[in-house]
Amino acid sequence: MEAQAAPWKPETRRWRRILESRRFLAPALLAPAIVFMAIVVGVPFGWAIYLSFTDAVGGSLSGHFVGLDNFTTAWHDENFRRALRNTLIFTFGSQAIVLVGAAIISHYLIRDFRGKWFLRFLIILPWAAPVALGTLGWLWIFDSLFSVINWTLGHGLGVVDTANPPQWLGRPNLALLAVTLVHAWRILPFAVIIFVAGLASIPTEVDDAAKIDGATGLKKLWYVTLPLQLPIALVALLFGIVFTAADFTVVYVLTQGGPFNSTQMLTTWSFQIGINSGSLGEGAAISLYLFPLLAAVSIGMLFFARRAQVS
Amino acid sequence: MFRGLRTYGVLAPFAILLAFPFYWMLVTMFKEDLDLYNTSNVPYVYNPLRWKFWESATTKHVTFLFTDTDYPRWILNTAIVGTLVVIITLVVALPAGYALARYSGRWGQTAGVAIFLVYLVPPTLLFLPMSRLIVELGRLPGIDDQRGLQDSLWSLVLVYPSFTIPFATWLLMGFFKTIPQELEDAALIDGCSRIQALVRIVFPVSLPGILTVVIFAFSLCVNEFIYAFTFISTSEHRTISAGVPNQLIRGDVFFWQSLMAATLIPSIVLALLYNVFLDRFIKGFTGGAFR
Repeated sequence: MEAQAAPWKPETRRWRRILESRRFLAPALLAPAIVFMAIVVGVPFGWAIYLSFTDAVGGSLSGHFVGLDNFTTAWHDENFRRALRNTLIFTFGSQAIVLVGAAIISHYLIRDFRGKWFLRFLIILPWAAPVALGTLGWLWIFDSLFSVINWTLGHGLGVVDTANPPQWLGRPNLALLAVTLVHAWRILPFAVIIFVAGLASIPTEVDDAAKIDGATGLKKLWYVTLPLQLPIALVALLFGIVFTAADFTVVYVLTQGGPFNSTQMLTTWSFQIGINSGSLGEGAAISLYLFPLLAAVSIGMLFFARRAQVS
Repeated sequence: MFRGLRTYGVLAPFAILLAFPFYWMLVTMFKEDLDLYNTSNVPYVYNPLRWKFWESATTKHVTFLFTDTDYPRWILNTAIVGTLVVIITLVVALPAGYALARYSGRWGQTAGVAIFLVYLVPPTLLFLPMSRLIVELGRLPGIDDQRGLQDSLWSLVLVYPSFTIPFATWLLMGFFKTIPQELEDAALIDGCSRIQALVRIVFPVSLPGILTVVIFAFSLCVNEFIYAFTFISTSEHRTISAGVPNQLIRGDVFFWQSLMAATLIPSIVLALLYNVFLDRFIKGFTGGAFR
């Protein structure tokens, strides 16, 4: 047995030594992830940038180079302008609601009380439910004839005309409000989770020190809790911005960008132009208008994440 | 006592507001048409129809969903795609997450940041070229089908790891950081190789964390809409997320009871899983950034 093993033993030993060395092992463990990412994210992303400079149409993967034409054509389209404006309203409007809501909920949810498990279950439902399905629930809530909101306001409270109730998804401004509220509803639990994690990481000594120094109630909230919570609130905000600005599902399921393109976002407009109209190049250009916003947010995120780590 | 009441007083309204659509789904799914489509009825409850009030609720629309639509098929498809994607994700993300947690040199940190940034690249930036690449892939030798990967569940299996891997790597890095280095050192002293220490010591100890990653990566697959919607065109190949909104609505005819049953069932299952694994999720998700 010894004799048989001898010829390949030095070979295995060398392999083992290579596997033992950190210099080799770390890149080897990381390589599959990086290669996979490069293929399934890097290639399409690069391709999207390439397409945005060409006149490619549906059914092909290439086209003639047209410079910045797609970007300027899109920019001069009235619908694009509205989509850009809507994306900003949708994103920052919903995040404003989310931040306020999450700050209040997390302040109380961090405590221990009976029935916490059940209340937390109810609170995370909108986030746990698949987006498209949760949004369908809202489609039914906003139904033009059988909306439960309108029934409550009309038959129940008598504040709206039951014969001519508000068409939540049929009027431009109401529809924009509706999609924004639904997205806030969906992201809020996620922000609550992040906030609770942030509050939990504040050491109890801080609490005690504040008590000794005589800070209570609002004073403590303003001078102690909020500043400590700020980095994590910013992280929740930045995540929320990315998830909302890039959302396609909520708007598509509720309004498909309608009525009269009044709720088009950059994402749905890029789908409309790129897939439905088949202008692959222009569609790619429209979606890339999102990139500066997302890049700025990502940089901010890294900055604050690092600061949070230090503190 | 007063403090406790205030906690409920603040949280209960929020919980009701957030959970209301699901209550509304629950009420709707068992309603008779006569009750549902009568605006003089109170919609929040079941209204007695005729004098036989015990016949005011029905399960027939839920039965219809499971016997007369492709819904069971979509559940199966979602399970197949989710399972395969989770396996691919673990194979790639387990070693990567470990490497990022342990070997935090300059390169390791840069790689960690890069993977995190990839998670922030949304599908909405990628789906246009992706939808074409999926078709083109079909023209490669070895794949006979004219349509390529289009309208095939394999296209989703191929594409979904693009967001599950960065997400899982980030979470796993957080979990692995919480495992003391001494545990591995002890294994190394006892004669394990690094790989053995990883497989025999680190992975078993991090099993709860790995399970959390499985749950959340799977739920990301259930959640995904835009790829499932653009890549798949026939009903029998749909997943739940794309199938329910696209196939159960025919023209302007809505089967609201069946539709609401279809949305409520997966939502409740996922929410229960989320609630059970939430604390671990928080640990991993923030473990990379905050402690």
